[in-house]
Amino acid sequence: MILLELFWSFFKIGLFTFGGGYAMLPLIQAAVAEHAWIPGEELINFIAVSESTPGAFAINISTYVGTTVAGIPGAACATLGVVLPSFIIILLVSHFYKKFRESRVVSGVMSGLKPAVIGLIAAAIVRMGQAVFFPDGVTAAVLKELSTWISLGIFLLMAVLAFRKVHPILLICISAVLGIGAGYLLL
Amino acid sequence: MKEARPVSWGRACLQLLYTFFKIGLFTFGGGYAMIPLIQRETVEGRHWITEEDILEVVAIAESTPGPIAINAATFVGTRVAGVPGAACATLGVVLPSFIIILIIARLLRHFAQYRVVQHAFFGIRAGVLALVLRAWWTMFRKCPRGVIPYAVAAGAFLLTAVLGVNVLLVILCCALVGLISSALLAGRTKR
Repeated sequence: MILLELFWSFFKIGLFTFGGGYAMLPLIQAAVAEHAWIPGEELINFIAVSESTPGAFAINISTYVGTTVAGIPGAACATLGVVLPSFIIILLVSHFYKKFRESRVVSGVMSGLKPAVIGLIAAAIVRMGQAVFFPDGVTAAVLKELSTWISLGIFLLMAVLAFRKVHPILLICISAVLGIGAGYLLL
Repeated sequence: MKEARPVSWGRACLQLLYTFFKIGLFTFGGGYAMIPLIQRETVEGRHWITEEDILEVVAIAESTPGPIAINAATFVGTRVAGVPGAACATLGVVLPSFIIILIIARLLRHFAQYRVVQHAFFGIRAGVLALVLRAWWTMFRKCPRGVIPYAVAAGAFLLTAVLGVNVLLVILCCALVGLISSALLAGRTKR
């Protein structure tokens, strides 16, 4: 049953994501690849969409994957799944949160999870890089492809802008223009 | 809005729904970007929680799973009106993204066939990679320093990127390593 599968997968993703930002990315990437819900490239496209629309990445991506796989019911199941773990845990914790926060077990677990997230996102970035630069797989022929070098050039330029704290939406617009220009003039 | 506790649960729930809908609608990027708006709406606007509570929300969100937006909405909601309040606040913060993405997903499917859009996304994918790398760098710099954290990060990277181990399994192992290493360190400082 596809709806149940969506709910359960996103429940697990919600339960095992610690920390804000892109901490959810490695889990989403693994789940999407495992079930072949959307291609890896589409996931990267959607990160741009999520950066340019309101709301948390978690909600945006679960709604998008859900609706792509199984329409509005799918979106509802995936989103409910991703929300439910935090909802339940905060309800349980909210009344004795000081004890919870000062607990040795919690701080011990977190001391392992914080660096783990760094390593996991780095692995997710490597996989994304493969999908961006070598969409058809890594072979010697890839180096002769003009498109590989163009996307590498756009990436380097955007990395400079990103580290100079150019606004994400502006950065996405610039890279779209560069992509269109390169697409029509060179490819 | 001088009153700390709204008169009825029904009204409180509606106010929570409305306030968190606004918060969900006006935050781009999600996560920590949401905190200043939550503070303005719930501390200064409605007096539902105090300034200190906001710091607690951030601290709790960092040590519980799930997106910070959901953690914060549930926390404030349950403070104001119990479980129904938590449900209303969470629904409120989720709804704007849910509706907007449903519409965008449909538009994307429609426009994806055009070459302009395909070329645009060709460029955008390279840009997104740069953005995620930048976000990773920020997280890396906030991460605790030392031999053990670096070893855990490197281990998690190698296990998933090179050996292809299941991500959930890696997370559980790292949690265990953190628990054991901090217990050992605490034992050593006691002696």
